[in-house]
Amino acid sequence: MLKVENIEVCYGFIKAIKGVSFEVKQGEIIALIGSNGAGKTTILHTITGLISPKSGKIIFEGKDLTKTPAHKILGMGMAHVPEGRRIFQELTVFENLKLGAYILRDKKQIEKNLEYVYEHFPRLKERKNQLAGTLSGGEQQMLAMGRALMSNPKIILMDEPSMGLSPILVSEIFQIIKEVSYDGTTVLLVEQNAKKALTIADRAYVLETGNITLSGNAKELLNDDRIKKAYLGE
Amino acid sequence: MSTFIDGLSLGSIYALIALGYTMVYGIAKMLNFAHGDIIMVGAYAILTTLNLCGNPIVAIVASVVVCTLLGVVTEKLAYRPLRGASPLAVLITAIGVSYFLQSIAQLIYGAKNRPVTIATFSAVAIGNAKINIATIISLIAGAIIMAALTVFIKKTRTGRAMLAVSEDRGAALLMGINVNRIITITFAIGSALAAFASVFYLMQIPSTNPTLGSMPGIKAFTAAVIGGIGSVSGAMIGGVLLGVIEKIALSVPALAPYTTALEFALLIIILLVKPTGLMGKQRREKV
Repeated sequence: MLKVENIEVCYGFIKAIKGVSFEVKQGEIIALIGSNGAGKTTILHTITGLISPKSGKIIFEGKDLTKTPAHKILGMGMAHVPEGRRIFQELTVFENLKLGAYILRDKKQIEKNLEYVYEHFPRLKERKNQLAGTLSGGEQQMLAMGRALMSNPKIILMDEPSMGLSPILVSEIFQIIKEVSYDGTTVLLVEQNAKKALTIADRAYVLETGNITLSGNAKELLNDDRIKKAYLGE
Repeated sequence: MSTFIDGLSLGSIYALIALGYTMVYGIAKMLNFAHGDIIMVGAYAILTTLNLCGNPIVAIVASVVVCTLLGVVTEKLAYRPLRGASPLAVLITAIGVSYFLQSIAQLIYGAKNRPVTIATFSAVAIGNAKINIATIISLIAGAIIMAALTVFIKKTRTGRAMLAVSEDRGAALLMGINVNRIITITFAIGSALAAFASVFYLMQIPSTNPTLGSMPGIKAFTAAVIGGIGSVSGAMIGGVLLGVIEKIALSVPALAPYTTALEFALLIIILLVKPTGLMGKQRREKV
């Protein structure tokens, strides 16, 4: 479904991504794990066109995305929940969700997607008229995810959904990711919380300073000695 | 009483111009110092149309059309190539556009004041005060235009997209919002508002010259900063406040010579007390 082929990304003279390739198949949950500064966020930004790669290709459903402007990506069925949530703080929860469906014109479809989001995040429904900036961290993460789901995407890219959340909320968020996947949305998950990510993922890639150093079945990686040592603190 | 109404009317002109500054700043993150000159172009558009056909309604429409197109074209030609450039480069370009427009006007129409009479207005008596009808028209029309703009921003899909772009351009892109298109629309709206400002301005001071836009431009920019640059309600409040203060100061003989100084002193005081302006919000710098 999504194929990243040998992309290189530079910030000025510094090469941040040094030829990374990976693949996400339809229906999978793929985890991209790695420590701070490994380049995980850069890869997601490159996929959705916020940064352009120096070389390499990004193929989504057979189409090359490398030259597609960022604002056309969502219309192709790919939603991105950015790092730090980046919800619109000065708008209400409802207005944020409406913006998530900005590309849709069909009122019935928007209504249906809104029902779906409220069903998975009942707390957003309770707070729909509240300014998004006044939500708690966990609620903001839910809003960011709900907003991304408002366009009914085929694949959802999530950048550090667990960041800054209490363990209970992290579990809640990961439960919802599993539900979303079960409902048929493919998931590409970027996480520092390797243990949580590997628990729900089908396959995973390990990123270290711009290179993929390890990949494979998530359950096997969870028991891999190198992973245990470097990322799970065991 | 009549001084106060005069002030509200002048204030609505400032507010209309300030809205252009503040919307472009909020959404394109740039100070468009050529914005005042759009008013001047609008005034010459009215002059030319009146000379050609003599119909004031046609002249007003022509002014709005010319200014809107001019706003869109300057954005496309002068500012869009600099998207992502340093703010200083964009600012200097805007000043360049300002001089360019003034010089073009001078080439075509000459440097002298040219009279422009849209219509003749009589005064009406309200209580014991005499108020010019032009004042009342610009006050009411200004209020209607601003109300319409507020509804547009709050209630329409494009308006919400404008709010989204002004808060977080990257996140707006991820929502599928075509940021370039939103910036073009913002310039179009801001310039159309400037055209209306030129109409109301000419109704009160019926003559134009190539630097007509400079002073109202700077005053309106001051109003936008007083209200909190980037804030739509702030521009309206700042504009009206400045207009009322100007007219009141002008009506007191002892203060009249210091009117402009008073207005800028107000700016300094407000920036000292509340650096983000009256309606401005403290924003965290994004990392």
